[in-house]
Amino acid sequence: MDTLQTGDRVRYANGGTTLTGTYIAERDGMAVVKLGSGYNIGASFEKIELIERPARQPAAGASVVVQNPDLPELAIISTGGTIASRADFRTGAVTSQFSANDILRAIPELGDVARYRDRQIANILSENMQPALWRDLARAIYDEIRTGVAGVIVTHGTDTMACSAAAVRFMLRTPVPVVFVGSQRSADRPSSDNAMNALCSAAVAAGNLGEVAVVMHATTNDDRCAVHRATRVRKMHTSRRDAFQSIGMEPLGYVDYPSLSVTLSDEAVRRGAEEPELHDAIEERCALLHFYPGMPPAVLDAFEGYAGLVIAGTGLGHVATDWVPRLQEMIEGGTTVVMTSQCLHGRVCDRVYNTGRDLLRIGVVEGEDMLPETALVKLMWVLGNESDPERVKELIKTDLAGEIQRRSVP
Amino acid sequence: MTDYEKLGLKAGIEIHQQLDTAEKLFCRCPTRLRDISERTGEFYRYLRATESELGEIDQAAREEMKLVRKFCYYTYDSVCLAEHDEEPPTPMNPEALDVCLTLAKMLDMTPVEQVHTMRKLVIDGSNTSGFQRTALVALSGALPGGCQVETICLEEEAAQRVEGETFSLDRLGIPLVEITTTPCMHTPEAVQEVAAHIGMVLRSTGRVKRGLGTIRQDINVSIADGARVEIKGVQELALIAEVVRREVERQVALIAIADELRERDARVDHTVIDATALFADTKSAILKKAKVVLAVRLSGFAGLVGREIQPGRRLGSEMSDYAKKCGVGGIFHTDELPAYGVTADEVARLREFVSAAEEDCVVIVAASRERAGCAAEQVILRAEMAFSGVPEETRKMLEEGSSAYMRPLPGAARMYPETDVFPVVIDEELWGGIEIPELLTDRAARFVREFGLDEALARQVAFSERLALFEEAVAAGVRPTLAARTLLATCRELARDGVDIDRVSEEEILTLLSAIEAGKAAKEAIPDLLTELARTAGGAGTPRERVDAAIGKMAPAVSGADVEAIVRRIVTEREAFAREKGMGALGPLMGVVMQELRGSVDGKVVSEALRRELKQLLS
Repeated sequence: MDTLQTGDRVRYANGGTTLTGTYIAERDGMAVVKLGSGYNIGASFEKIELIERPARQPAAGASVVVQNPDLPELAIISTGGTIASRADFRTGAVTSQFSANDILRAIPELGDVARYRDRQIANILSENMQPALWRDLARAIYDEIRTGVAGVIVTHGTDTMACSAAAVRFMLRTPVPVVFVGSQRSADRPSSDNAMNALCSAAVAAGNLGEVAVVMHATTNDDRCAVHRATRVRKMHTSRRDAFQSIGMEPLGYVDYPSLSVTLSDEAVRRGAEEPELHDAIEERCALLHFYPGMPPAVLDAFEGYAGLVIAGTGLGHVATDWVPRLQEMIEGGTTVVMTSQCLHGRVCDRVYNTGRDLLRIGVVEGEDMLPETALVKLMWVLGNESDPERVKELIKTDLAGEIQRRSVP
Repeated sequence: MTDYEKLGLKAGIEIHQQLDTAEKLFCRCPTRLRDISERTGEFYRYLRATESELGEIDQAAREEMKLVRKFCYYTYDSVCLAEHDEEPPTPMNPEALDVCLTLAKMLDMTPVEQVHTMRKLVIDGSNTSGFQRTALVALSGALPGGCQVETICLEEEAAQRVEGETFSLDRLGIPLVEITTTPCMHTPEAVQEVAAHIGMVLRSTGRVKRGLGTIRQDINVSIADGARVEIKGVQELALIAEVVRREVERQVALIAIADELRERDARVDHTVIDATALFADTKSAILKKAKVVLAVRLSGFAGLVGREIQPGRRLGSEMSDYAKKCGVGGIFHTDELPAYGVTADEVARLREFVSAAEEDCVVIVAASRERAGCAAEQVILRAEMAFSGVPEETRKMLEEGSSAYMRPLPGAARMYPETDVFPVVIDEELWGGIEIPELLTDRAARFVREFGLDEALARQVAFSERLALFEEAVAAGVRPTLAARTLLATCRELARDGVDIDRVSEEEILTLLSAIEAGKAAKEAIPDLLTELARTAGGAGTPRERVDAAIGKMAPAVSGADVEAIVRRIVTEREAFAREKGMGALGPLMGVVMQELRGSVDGKVVSEALRRELKQLLS
């Protein structure tokens, strides 16, 4: 018998029961067979036999969605993730959708907000994101802005979306909204947050914002999305819809659903405030270390020769005293070391305790109230664009893209 | 008498039974139902149908999508993020799988080699995710009387509808077995008998939930020229036969209507006519309030739309059910007009306006333009279906056993794999280790044989929720009759008298029965003692301490000498009576003594003492 192929009609005999079904795939050494009722079961290969191999059905022609030419044009740039996807009811495979046409077929209301052009720069799970791709992404966005789109939507897996958004924010000056969006619950499910997030992101991208933002559910309800500044947003929950939170500041605004009315705070940069500029050089030899009690200083050997190191230290910004000599060597060897806090909330201050004062003495830079991941992305960007060590230190402590709050507002 | 065989009745059932497991099927929440007043919060969501690979939205799902609805959910401290659809599922609860496999073995089924969990699209709001997780566990079983079980599935219970679009999350995710028979039943009574048998098998496991709503039957019915119709949500066993009878009646009537329509050369006019102006000055509140009134002319339908097809149901009711999917309240048709404030004059003008002849029926719908337009289309759709007799449908049971249209029968397109749950292999070791519990019917017979209980009491005990406690008591040395009477009769009587007997723990009842058997108190004191334990329920002390305290208060121990003394005093006080009645005084005096002793001493002991005393007096 030939190897079975997906879609083959098969007979399954087991303990006096004989059934027919459709062969789907092999899983854990067993054949997955779909019965007429729609249920799948796992069966031993020796208990199934091929009845017939139906002729391949031509794929159903996807209908073309007509877009409204009177609406502003937005660019949808996809990197992967599941903002729109389609479930194969035979195999259960969920395929991501990238073309504007497919996305519009899945979420037709998007057509009432704008018209869309699409561009795919990657199809990856966001944990596989690379700094080099941030650069590709920033360039693609820049190109789209230069063609005159009214706004840009970037679809992205949620795991590292905040990092990518921050990276783009440092690389790009933009007069139009650049909105990162994802979904926490898979797009195949009727309850997915994908449609609402996509619609809210389109409303923001067509609106009056003039900076890079992340737009995701604000609460567990399907009531509104929050607009987060790219450099102050963090995924704070593994699975909830409202996982994304602005840290240390209020969101830049909200989008009500289903009305899609956008409200921006005074803090939000408005459309047209900047001219488009691209500065996409980055220094990739940078790392982020999460300090833990007892972490041996020898860990630092792995980062020998790195241009930059961000430490997520304890509390106000500390590591164990026995790290000081090794860190000093690294700094003297040319590594820029930036201290942030594991607390995420609050500002680093290395002037309060002795360890902190030691760290300052050897040249560790206080990362102010920057989120550790944002500090890493910023360090990569600063080192990619500036070689003078003193200027680097100065830039790290200067707010360049909303990543540092000058005051800690209670 | 309806000849069901001649009509070609084929019926099957699906029984859904909640399992009494510690945790839910795909999360670790307790399977405890809550009162909505205990809710700790609420949230709301929208659901949308998703597109399948073939570009088709499941027919049943599409039907639900006709209404754009916002669903509200009540949440509790006994509910987690899984029910909120905010967290992936845990692996399948092994306890639930064990119960399901036990049932499969009892029904002589063959387990599948590997269980795959599926997502079945359900977008009526009863599942926060928009799908129900379900898995096929075993196939092909046998039932007495030659009927077959087709499948047993393990699935998640849906959220309970509070009202409208509001659901309560406490029930969502409770494990449920679904047992489906083949269409092997040919009379309404047979369906009821099979349902009763499966119900007994389910309860024999001792691991299913009991009480209203914990078991639901869906019934599949078709007759020779009819169609398969699934009637959902039959909760009472006693109604099953009636539901089948009424569905057969409905299908017969619909087939007759189809024949007559063809004979009359009837037609459905697909033009929807705006008749709003006709009702500008109407007295009908519904028509007056509506933005538009749309009319559909059904040529040759006169008298048939209003014809009864089931008690309380007409062809017009079916059209109305379809129209309601568009959010309208219902329809009016000329077979029932003038009525509802619509005058004969208005009906005449309506008929004239749409050029309806005498043999035509006119249906009107009143609502916003969008809803009325949608409803009119639905009326046309259902009227067209009338020519082919019985449409395949999912229906919901109404009170008394009639039914209303819910949605088209769902297809296989609504199932796709739940990729977040790994498949579970049912190997020889797992299947071989499943023990088959004794059937309740067998157990009742054994109680008659072994314990000498009479048949009715034996059956009552076997089918009661107190079965486990009964067996425990008997194993502890309590006489079976005493245990059975206490657990069934006494507890029920006390509950009827307003004693909160449910607050007395099983352990306390067991301790009490053992104390009676040890002679610490007489069995006559049981009602008083249970009442006292119920009154002080939740108080301090171990069950033994609490039972001892109750005995001390309600039926203090009395020594043999004390009994003798009390008996002697009472006989002395009533000497004249005793001398007059002779030994016949025994009965009446017994009551007096027992009252005084308040059940502290067994009746037999008292009776002997009294007999001795009387004999002595009379000798």
